[in-house]
Amino acid sequence: MDLVLQLLFTGIGIGSVYALVALGFVLIFRATNVVNFAQGEFSMVAAFLMVVFSVKIGLPYWVAFIIALICMAGLGAVFNLAVYYPLRHRTYLPVIISTIGASIFIANTTLAIHGPEPEVLSGWFDTPGFMLGPVYFDNQYVLIIVVTALLVALQYWFFEHTLLGKKLQATSQDKEMAALLGIPVAVMIMITFVYSAVIGGIAGILVAPVLFVSIGMGATIALKAFAATIIGGFGEVTGAIIGGLALGVIETFGAAYISVPYKDGFAFLVLIAFLIFRPQGIFGERVAEKA
Amino acid sequence: MSSSETTASAGAIRPRLRWGVPAYLLLVLAAMALAIVVPKTGYVLNISLQATTYAIAVLGLTVVLGLCGQINLAQAAFFGLGAYAVGIGQTEHGLNFWACLLIGTGVAAGFGALLGASTLRLGGHYLAMVTISFQQIVTLVLINWIPVTKGPDGVRAIPRPGFLADGSTYLAFCIAVLAAVGFLVWRLRDSRLGRAMRAVRDNELAAGVAGIDVYRTKVTAFALSAILGGVGGGLFAGGFSYVSPDQFSFAESVVFLTMVLLGGAASPVGAVIGTGLLILIPEWLRFLKSIPGLYLAIYGAAVILIMVFMPDGIWGFLRGRLDRLKRAVLPVRSGGALQLSGGGQGADTVLEVRGLSKHFGGLKAVDEVDLTIRRGGVHALIGPNGSGKTTTLNVLSGLYKATAGSIVLDGRDITNLPPHARTQAGLGRTFQNIRLWRSMTALENVMVGAERPGSPAGSDPAALMARARAALAFVELEDRADEVVASFSYGHQRAVEIARALAGDPALLLLDEPGAGLNSSEKVELRNLLKRISARGLTILIIDHDMTLVSEVAQHITVLNFGRRIADGYSADVLKHPDVIAAYLGAAPDVPA
Repeated sequence: MDLVLQLLFTGIGIGSVYALVALGFVLIFRATNVVNFAQGEFSMVAAFLMVVFSVKIGLPYWVAFIIALICMAGLGAVFNLAVYYPLRHRTYLPVIISTIGASIFIANTTLAIHGPEPEVLSGWFDTPGFMLGPVYFDNQYVLIIVVTALLVALQYWFFEHTLLGKKLQATSQDKEMAALLGIPVAVMIMITFVYSAVIGGIAGILVAPVLFVSIGMGATIALKAFAATIIGGFGEVTGAIIGGLALGVIETFGAAYISVPYKDGFAFLVLIAFLIFRPQGIFGERVAEKA
Repeated sequence: MSSSETTASAGAIRPRLRWGVPAYLLLVLAAMALAIVVPKTGYVLNISLQATTYAIAVLGLTVVLGLCGQINLAQAAFFGLGAYAVGIGQTEHGLNFWACLLIGTGVAAGFGALLGASTLRLGGHYLAMVTISFQQIVTLVLINWIPVTKGPDGVRAIPRPGFLADGSTYLAFCIAVLAAVGFLVWRLRDSRLGRAMRAVRDNELAAGVAGIDVYRTKVTAFALSAILGGVGGGLFAGGFSYVSPDQFSFAESVVFLTMVLLGGAASPVGAVIGTGLLILIPEWLRFLKSIPGLYLAIYGAAVILIMVFMPDGIWGFLRGRLDRLKRAVLPVRSGGALQLSGGGQGADTVLEVRGLSKHFGGLKAVDEVDLTIRRGGVHALIGPNGSGKTTTLNVLSGLYKATAGSIVLDGRDITNLPPHARTQAGLGRTFQNIRLWRSMTALENVMVGAERPGSPAGSDPAALMARARAALAFVELEDRADEVVASFSYGHQRAVEIARALAGDPALLLLDEPGAGLNSSEKVELRNLLKRISARGLTILIIDHDMTLVSEVAQHITVLNFGRRIADGYSADVLKHPDVIAAYLGAAPDVPA
């Protein structure tokens, strides 16, 4: 029983990271109707930037964190201009191929600059964790869960209670109508990319101390996050969060009770199961294309 | 069906083939002879073997991505399945090379069909992610399932069949396989399946309504792609006699994708060009490999640049140039008169709709509508905006599932059939916002319509083409048959869409606002066209806002408002009905509709 509680805590912690990345997926999907396959690379790049600023240069942790996020905002903007914007009037296929190209470009450019050896990033706290009853609470996991909860709350408030949030929602629901109402659609999409890069970055920096900082971490995280969005219901914000948490828990239990080397395969099996039996996910509704 | 029709169609089928096939055979034989005769270093042999076997796998992507518009990011995994089958099967289980090749191809086909079947009902995003996931799983299994796969060490000393033991002979054999596969893929494009794939790629919804089983077409394309991956991989293993997991990683899937995109996904020629270039260029730029990552980073950047600047690839770009040179020399031949049976001499009623409802959540878009359409007339369904006309049509053609009620076409209950099966049962339709397959020619668009199972043209290619030409002639567009429809005017696109529906010889033709967006002279043409269709005995159900058009062509009118039927009967009576006038004009009935 103690082990179950412990695994549940770890699962929710790692699931929170998937949820954050999935949130980035969903936001860009809603704004552009395209899945950004480079979403995971945002996390990987942010983690490497954090290593550079905090470990190599030796800046204080929070300063390094802020600079890394500013860089991510810039990367999000460049990404939009180079990868999405020239193809915005085309069908989804060229755009997703382009984001796949971007994903490969970003990962391998990082590899070319940095080299293949993984890095270690320390956590935010100096102490490793604490015991509460039978469960050991790792500080970094606690931080991940708390930050995810705060970000989700903040995002909800932003979209529902600010004018900019409403404009972003309008853009994601109907670009033409939004443009006719005077909303600068290109700017809204730019904001979405920047924001998604930043939350992808936060996810990467949060999870870095738990995993190693490696070139492959982006692809792994993106795969899980995408599975999370399908499990939760594609394009649904709530679905992305619940799906991410669920996947984290499933994976942790799978690794503990079934097999460690195939840990990364469970996401895929769950994904296939959902695609066959409930393709609309937990929360989603299937919408037919209008004739 | 006259005799002029048969002669015309016999001459119309790809005249290039007469000298094309022998020339192609000669070219292939020459390449095989070169492969055997010319002495070469081991290095050159390896490069040639790699290019040849890769090209087979890349042709798989031509089918799935180029023809059918579905993405496959796991081609290296399918390639690997074929390669490992040939490797493990021979070295561990003592099986024959050919048996292993067959098993590997079968396993790849099985996984391809399974992945496709579970994912292809959903959008392309799912497929992209699921194929990446599958790719990762295959890599994980190859590395970790050591008792079977030998793990990271790979499989060594893979033999070739005895008579192909010599490297040069084996290369010639691989060239022959590549040539055969390339020829089949090239012929596939203009086959019934190939046209169906391209229709699915260009507009899935229209493909379903034209009678194509969209899902089966996509799964077939995906399985074919996996099969070619498996064949290529099997031959690769024989060629290199050593396989290891890193040769079949996600990075290699990206390489395959880049090859097909660079060369041009639409044609097998593009696949060969792309593969050749991307095998050779990295060899010239070997120094790039000294920095890990740089090489793939360039691939990634190349993918983006190709998508932005050269979306049709090198061959697509060259083709565009060539087509400009040779245009306007094609002879146009008459396909004869279009035969329309109107569904034959069945019962008096073509369509019987009872209590049809469609609810979206709480909204009753269509609410218990009854509709009876008699054979051989024009029946109009009218109503103000939002009255449920188009929803009714979408439920009739199967794009929406009815919440309640029944639809009987020619005595057959079609209420629960998918769109393509309804088309097979005798339904034809057009769309309010035109849905043609924009990258295909007018003739190809109409041929897909003519291919409707159960249509009089059957499966004889000559008869199909003749019927498609006749349908185009009927809408007065035969002289533009070989032009790509994207360049047509709005009115002409509308006419092609009607020709596509007519070519299938439906029992009932549904027209969704055919007059929308047409100018006044186009409207006159449309009216005449509708009268000519009707004169051939085909029953039409038309939705339109243009009261002049409706009152001129329709004998019967049904009026909907707020999803309910408010009037039904002969045109003159219905248009005078006070409820109808009120629905259209408000309370004061002093302006004639």
